[in-house]
Amino acid sequence: MRSPRRSSARAVGTGGRGRTWLLPLFLLSPALILLLGIVAYPIGRAIWLSFHRLEILQPDLTQNVGFDHYRSLLADPVIRIALGNSAVWVVGVVIFQFLGGLVGALILNREFPGRAAVRGVALIPWATPSVLVALMWTWMLDGNYGLVNDLLVKAGILSRFQPWLAQPWSALPAVMLADVWQGIPFFAVMLLAALQAIPEDLFEAARIDGASTQRVFFHVTLPLLVPTILITTMLRMIWTANYMDLIMIMTGGGPGYSSLTVPLHAYYMAYKRLDFGYGATIAIVQVVALAAAIVVYLRQLRRNEVMIQ
Amino acid sequence: MTRRRLRRAWSAVKLWVPLAGWLTFVLAPYAWMFITSIKPPAELYTKTVRYWPSQPTLEGYRLLMETTPFLGYMRNSAIVAVSTCVIALLVAMAAAYCFSRIPFKGKAVILFGFLVTQLFPSVLLVLPLFLIMRSLGILNTPPALILAHSTFAVPFSTWMLTGFFNAIPRDLDEAATIDGCNRFQTFRYVLLPLSAPGVAAALTYIFIYSWNEFIYALTFTADLRARTLPVGLQTFMGEYIIRWDLLTAGGVITALPIVFFFMLVQRQLIAGLTTGAVKG
Repeated sequence: MRSPRRSSARAVGTGGRGRTWLLPLFLLSPALILLLGIVAYPIGRAIWLSFHRLEILQPDLTQNVGFDHYRSLLADPVIRIALGNSAVWVVGVVIFQFLGGLVGALILNREFPGRAAVRGVALIPWATPSVLVALMWTWMLDGNYGLVNDLLVKAGILSRFQPWLAQPWSALPAVMLADVWQGIPFFAVMLLAALQAIPEDLFEAARIDGASTQRVFFHVTLPLLVPTILITTMLRMIWTANYMDLIMIMTGGGPGYSSLTVPLHAYYMAYKRLDFGYGATIAIVQVVALAAAIVVYLRQLRRNEVMIQ
Repeated sequence: MTRRRLRRAWSAVKLWVPLAGWLTFVLAPYAWMFITSIKPPAELYTKTVRYWPSQPTLEGYRLLMETTPFLGYMRNSAIVAVSTCVIALLVAMAAAYCFSRIPFKGKAVILFGFLVTQLFPSVLLVLPLFLIMRSLGILNTPPALILAHSTFAVPFSTWMLTGFFNAIPRDLDEAATIDGCNRFQTFRYVLLPLSAPGVAAALTYIFIYSWNEFIYALTFTADLRARTLPVGLQTFMGEYIIRWDLLTAGGVITALPIVFFFMLVQRQLIAGLTTGAVKG
């Protein structure tokens, strides 16, 4: 498969064929030691849990239940609601965070007086602890004293105050709004870094060739941002899928199950109902689903030859 | 003359209008938090929403400094976040250099393995991790958090940096090798300066992740010896009473170190470093 020319070109400076694995081992070992040492056991434990019924108070009675948890998952009506909510949550949040971040990065990339200060304060949503983000948005969306209601009524968009977090149709979108707000600076910073790494020559060349601003954006800027876009959106989708701090504090998954997502369902099963085995099972099913999505993404990356060359 | 002035005015509008709109959305909740923090408790629940308190007060900030261990939490957060930055960045740079520049078998598998660690929700991992920290004897000390935060910050930082290293033409490495640079020198004097924006972005990510991380901080710390800001803020929320004065004052202050940190780091986000690096 591999052409001899390519492999010899890449072997420049690897210092002999016999010990080509030594250097990678040396460079990767800190990362591998951390990851294997700290994460491997907890992951193994989670998989083990999903096949057992754990009795917290009487560990002797813990028993192997085989695939029982997985079978009850299929019969669980709540998991279907949670899966639907999770899909809406992940896709909606990441798309708007990304768009907001891209706009921000393009603005912050231009030159204007006070840019350093603006770039600094633009990080504030990301820099605010989740507990506070959740509380502030709960406070702003409040049905009696909320700023959002007051502004919307004064602008004539609403006729009266709405309890945004207490209505089934608006609870999930309201929490999503808070999460979109919190996540925009992450994309702004990452895309700004990628924008800055594009050589200025390319823009000049395109401009000299008479390309319009739009053409430069779609044919020069965007293609060069693709590696960063793929990595950040992929990781962000994973984090968002697992992120439940805001939902837990703002609505607790309610009213009813209207804003319950998969990790929150797993959390409640494990820590409220003390069914740790079933909680772990739910989480593992989500891990498998996410892993499948990543494989598709990685194929895309390899096709573009941007990450793994 | 007038046409030129018009054009200049138009380009100013094109810059400042989107900037103002974007900043309003990004900053409004923080501004509201600040306004809430200087409201006396009597003005919190008023019949009509008040946009500025009639009697602004800094009492919340005074109580925060004098009656709570807020500064202690802040010191712990700083120790944990800075240490995590150093460790995670060094580990991630080594790994990213390896992924980008050295061919070896199993690269795709290991890169994917890095991601797998991010797939598991932290609530699932926190109890077994607690047992590990206990057997290491570092519970309720900063090293427990530094270890956990470094581990979970490395995968994304590595992926990010690998992407930036990959964007630098290999011709430059070869040119440096021909000029007599060894591997480390090539990395130090060619790759690192050219990927400075990526390093700055990764550093920002690591710092903020560690500064705001909640679940591990909650589980591995018990008191002022290691408790960080997010967990400290949580203690101002009782079961029935939310101390809005302390919470909002604390929230306003908590974000500031990160703003200053990024104002320093963002200098690295300077364009044009690669200009003219490769010709012909």
